[in-house]
Amino acid sequence: MKPGEIAIVGAAETELGALPEMTELDLHADAARRALADAGLTLADVDGLTSAVHSPIDVAHYLGITPSWYDGTSVGGCSFLVHVRHAAAAIAAGLCSTVVVIHGESGRSQKGRIPRQRGADSMAGQFELPYGVVAPPNTFTLPAMRYLHDTGQTIEQLANVAAVQSQWADGNPRASRGTAKTVDEILSAKMIAWPFTKSMCCVVTDGGGALVLTSRERASDLKRPPVYVLGTGEACDSPIVSQMEDLTRSKGFRRASAAAFAEAGITVGDVDHLMVYDAFAHLPMYGLEDLGFVGRGEAGAFIEEGNTAPGGKLPMNTSGGGLCYTHTGMYGMFAMQESVRQLRREAFKQVENVHTSVVQGVGGMFTAAATLVLSDRLP
Amino acid sequence: MTVADKPVPVPTPVTRPFWEGTKEGELRVQKCDACGKHIFYPRPGCPFCGAADPSWVVATGRARLESYVINHLPGPGFKDDVPYVIAIVTLEEGPRMMTNLVGVDPDPAKLTLDMPLEVVFEERGDQVLPKFRPVEVKA
Ligand SMILES: [Zn+2]
Repeated sequence: MKPGEIAIVGAAETELGALPEMTELDLHADAARRALADAGLTLADVDGLTSAVHSPIDVAHYLGITPSWYDGTSVGGCSFLVHVRHAAAAIAAGLCSTVVVIHGESGRSQKGRIPRQRGADSMAGQFELPYGVVAPPNTFTLPAMRYLHDTGQTIEQLANVAAVQSQWADGNPRASRGTAKTVDEILSAKMIAWPFTKSMCCVVTDGGGALVLTSRERASDLKRPPVYVLGTGEACDSPIVSQMEDLTRSKGFRRASAAAFAEAGITVGDVDHLMVYDAFAHLPMYGLEDLGFVGRGEAGAFIEEGNTAPGGKLPMNTSGGGLCYTHTGMYGMFAMQESVRQLRREAFKQVENVHTSVVQGVGGMFTAAATLVLSDRLP
Repeated sequence: MTVADKPVPVPTPVTRPFWEGTKEGELRVQKCDACGKHIFYPRPGCPFCGAADPSWVVATGRARLESYVINHLPGPGFKDDVPYVIAIVTLEEGPRMMTNLVGVDPDPAKLTLDMPLEVVFEERGDQVLPKFRPVEVKA
């Protein structure tokens, strides 16, 4: 793919929150129809489809279409960023012309779920689950104490990540936590896995979203302002958190972002807007450091100085992110949606002069990573 | 919920020496014959240099506290255990492991990163799990 050769021409989210009447397949279908309507296209225009956890064939059949290209890469919450990368390559290679990248998850109501069980003879089943780890809040968070220790940062700075993001979500009726909170309020919330309180862990919601991708040529004939894909990257680290290469750095973040920035031909100084997948409050700190926006150990102070807050020089997680806006379980779709909204000038808290937006995704517990560089302008 | 509800690991052909070791009170890890590095979790080949069939050795059981959370969200069978410490420890030989800390209060004031630990073994169903406790500091 050459930078700008492929564009996002449709983007939409479903209703968010508690949606007990909708199965995960229903959320996929609703998201796809909304994104196609946004693009001014119909299901008849779609010849490529992607989904995670749910097979793209299940989703295509439920929608009543027969794509000639599909991708069911399922690597956790960044799967949809990976799908954008794969779809862009597939369109550029002529394998298909119009791809809908779909996410739908009943994370809260648990309707129509495919079990995500790990067997007792898997590596996680043998070497992690016996220790009473049940879910991301007590697994994904495990490296944080070492990170804070080695980089000389504090639990207050960790809590401040959530406080600043609550400023972005403040007043947004679509946000699950739509009220600004102070660091003290965040630190005094219910303890989940010390040092993480509930407010330092993401919300748990139902919802979906979809993007429509096509070639730059085709995009120019469609009704919505194109969002160009300038660069993409995908990477991996360890399937179990205890074995990640370095507990204080994300190999996935570093490798995926390096690939995406190189393809786009940009450096951190070119970035106007940043989304860093924030299932937990330490992830944006890792993101700022691993992507090179700040030096090692500087993320906490950078956030405290207001650089990522409304009015700051590097607006980050401007929807409120997974901590405040929404988090179905695989949040990556919603990070991309906010980047598209910012680049189309339709965000709830719109940032001025956004032309280059970076989306950094993670999957599993630092297991997978993917990065997108998006822009409203051609390079 | 009872202890019986807690997850019990099921060994595979590759991991069986590890789980046979814990039953004998030994913490066994693999060691690559080609590059000399210790390997955990068990694998059919060395993840560092690619050599096949790493050997098994007995680790000292000495480790230090790498990172942890004090967990208030109980896993299956752990309802009566909260809060409990889920930790990552680094063995003297180099590899890291997830574990629980025992013999120490789940209190941040008592949990200092890099504190010395030693392995202890606890039955879980038909298996034996390695856990870690602080090393007694001799006066
Ligand atoms: Zn080796």
